[in-house]
Amino acid sequence: MEGAEASPPSQETPPFLELRSLTKRFPGVVANDRVDLSVRAGEVHALLGENGAGKSTLVSMLYGLLQPDGGEIRLQGRPVRIRSPRDALALGIGLVPQHFLLVKKHTVAENVALGLSGVPFLAPTRALADRLRRLGERYGLPVDPRAYVWQLSAGEQQRVEILKVLVRDVRLLILDEPTSVLTPQEARGLFAVLRRMKAEGHAVIFITHKLEEVLEVADRVTVLRRGRVVATLPVAEVDERRLARLMVGEEVALPRARRGAGRGRPRLFVEDLWVRGDRGYFAVKDVNFQVHEGEIVGLAGVAGNGQSELIEALTGLRRPARGWIRLGERDLTGHDARAFFEAGVAHVPEDRTHRGVVGSLSVAENLVLKHYRYPPFARGPVLDRRAVRAFAEEAVARYRVAAPSVATPVRLLSGGNIQKLILARELHGRPRLLVAAHPTYGLDVGATAQVRRLLLEERDRGAAVFLVSEDLEEILALSDRILVIFDGKIVAELAPDEASKERLGLLMAGVAA
Amino acid sequence: MRLVPRGEAPALFVAAVSLLAVLLAFAASLVLLALYGASPWEAIAVVYRGVLADPRGFAEVLRRAVPLTLAGAGLALAFRAQFWNIGAEGQLLVGAVAASGVALFGPGEGVAKLVLMAAVAFVAGGLWAMVPAYLKARLAVNDVITTLMFNYVAIYLVEWLIHGPWKGKSVFGFAYTDRFPASAWLPLWPGTGLAWPGLVMAVVAAALLAWLLGATKLGFEVRVVGENPEAARYAGVRALSTLLQVALLSGGVAGLAGFVEVAGTHHRLLAPLQISLGYGYTAIIVAWLGRNRPLATLLTGLLIGFVFAAGDVAKVALATPFQLVQVVNGLILFFLIAAEVPIRYRVVWRPERG
Repeated sequence: MEGAEASPPSQETPPFLELRSLTKRFPGVVANDRVDLSVRAGEVHALLGENGAGKSTLVSMLYGLLQPDGGEIRLQGRPVRIRSPRDALALGIGLVPQHFLLVKKHTVAENVALGLSGVPFLAPTRALADRLRRLGERYGLPVDPRAYVWQLSAGEQQRVEILKVLVRDVRLLILDEPTSVLTPQEARGLFAVLRRMKAEGHAVIFITHKLEEVLEVADRVTVLRRGRVVATLPVAEVDERRLARLMVGEEVALPRARRGAGRGRPRLFVEDLWVRGDRGYFAVKDVNFQVHEGEIVGLAGVAGNGQSELIEALTGLRRPARGWIRLGERDLTGHDARAFFEAGVAHVPEDRTHRGVVGSLSVAENLVLKHYRYPPFARGPVLDRRAVRAFAEEAVARYRVAAPSVATPVRLLSGGNIQKLILARELHGRPRLLVAAHPTYGLDVGATAQVRRLLLEERDRGAAVFLVSEDLEEILALSDRILVIFDGKIVAELAPDEASKERLGLLMAGVAA
Repeated sequence: MRLVPRGEAPALFVAAVSLLAVLLAFAASLVLLALYGASPWEAIAVVYRGVLADPRGFAEVLRRAVPLTLAGAGLALAFRAQFWNIGAEGQLLVGAVAASGVALFGPGEGVAKLVLMAAVAFVAGGLWAMVPAYLKARLAVNDVITTLMFNYVAIYLVEWLIHGPWKGKSVFGFAYTDRFPASAWLPLWPGTGLAWPGLVMAVVAAALLAWLLGATKLGFEVRVVGENPEAARYAGVRALSTLLQVALLSGGVAGLAGFVEVAGTHHRLLAPLQISLGYGYTAIIVAWLGRNRPLATLLTGLLIGFVFAAGDVAKVALATPFQLVQVVNGLILFFLIAAEVPIRYRVVWRPERG
């Protein structure tokens, strides 16, 4: 930067951030292999890659959570060492994490004040509230500083995370999969914010594995595959196909439903269903629908509109306040999860690591998490370990779960492999109804394709499938019928050919369309 | 220097670090002895001669290890299910009460009487633990508080019995029951004070609980509930039933420890502190030192049993206060907590590379 006045600004102005041959090894794997990357001020730079491509590792090094084993990080042409998030913030690097790190019982302003230097000891949030309002206006991030975080939607919480970073005057903003929790409308709002930041001269690193987002918001894109940079390209020069090919190294066509598959008799009956949320109010209100044999019914909706409570009611994890749930002839209303399972209800849960598996138990044990108490896995009170192991070996091979062995703790598996394991378990024994919540959330293209194929196979086999997803593309691609939920009520039922992303988006936002 | 979290520490490493912690606790105890005015070298010699080199002394180690292992193995099971049973002391005492009741007033002769005493003690200890377990599963009442409070209820139950309805007719002013009939005495290993059936029971109980945890449906449920209660609910594990079974077993083996104490050593029900010497509380250390593995409590029970026996010998030979045993146990716990750091983290001495 020195001498900028003497000589005309040239193309040699160093980029804001430059990584040279950055390398990080973990036991048995090179997570980042000589990564080169440059990000300019006033640029949105997308970092694209499948799960396990090394995006998170790279970000952790930039934010001081991990130390590189080789290579260097340069900021404005000078090599720097980032030993902690505190260092990173001091250098002007801020991170908006994928999973928010907010104190839910505190207000927005209190969360921002936490760890901020220069905040008065007494009444720390008073001066801050004003600053937050001004920042919010400038960047299009309206949030009430006095609101409690637990009252906020995921989109609003994300705004708080962004404000937390902006208030520290950062120059480089890293967003880790920021759209994974947002509705299409909210995502568009976020993109507008990113453009605003760009105009203000910030550098933005935008991590994603969604191709269309790269095309929509980024200026340049760097594709990572297995820890290496495959390419850095101006977004103007690429299209979705090319990005997909770069990302996975092979052409992948995501499976779509072949329509016209025979739909049979109605199997799941939901009548007048009312379900209370954790805070006592009704989260699901007077919901009525059926799912037929051989049919995928997709439920579209913004997170927090009653989907979670509806799913829990449909799988026996939450007792409905009113109404009926029947599977075929069997009334399951008020029964527990075991009864639903025994009646043939399979459940791919929303929170796969906290609900779907037990991290410290082995792959084999997690594969029989529900079946352990029935033959052939149990003989009387005793488990037949040989039967469990044989079943696990077969399931792992069939569903292509990448695990060193069936004795490996599930904690060590990647998200995609955990999801495959859950599906292997849930599809065992041919369920009559499959309730799948966000089944491909956070998965890479390969795993997504496999999960979608499995859902379609289940349908074609004759199972009733209830698919809840925030990914409208997925809802549109797989569903034979689409329901839209808003504020706990089913506000629309559509055939896939009457639905479009735009129309669903409006319905999900509570706008009649 | 900084700490880097490590994944799974190898079992051998965990064992080595735990052993080191125990040795350090012994070293610290010797320093304390020196400050008290006793010679540490003499203490080592006395303990070696009186405990390790003397068969009768070693039998004393085993005698102490039996209740510690019984209660400790049960606690290991409870802790694995995240049932925070701090109430082994009370469960042991009600086990002792039940066994005494059968011994003094119950039917039976010979072995049958002893078997009946053990069975009743097991059930009593188990029921004593099931009440807090039920309250936890149904009403989310904090189990640490309830199990702890139940200890005091048990203590005063014993006090009331020995001062009141069960006070012996032949004991003059003393507060304890009459001596049990001889058919209610456990046989001793010849020449020692060790009731050998108790030793057999401890070994069998630890082995059975280990087998239960690893190879049965209930054990699987315990591990699922303990590691991830949310996943357990999702999987259709019925937490109430699992927890009640765990409480029955955990409290039951503590009750057996009470049976062994009254039928093997005292032959009467007497003051709570004389029956148990805090075995139920110390069993928490036994379970924890064994990393909540029932089989490992065989070793750790032996170790803490050694501390008790060594304290006895030191009390006589060096005139140290009996509380020394509690101090040593406290030091062991203290160093074990410190040992969590090297077990969970790697220490990196060199500065970071930039």
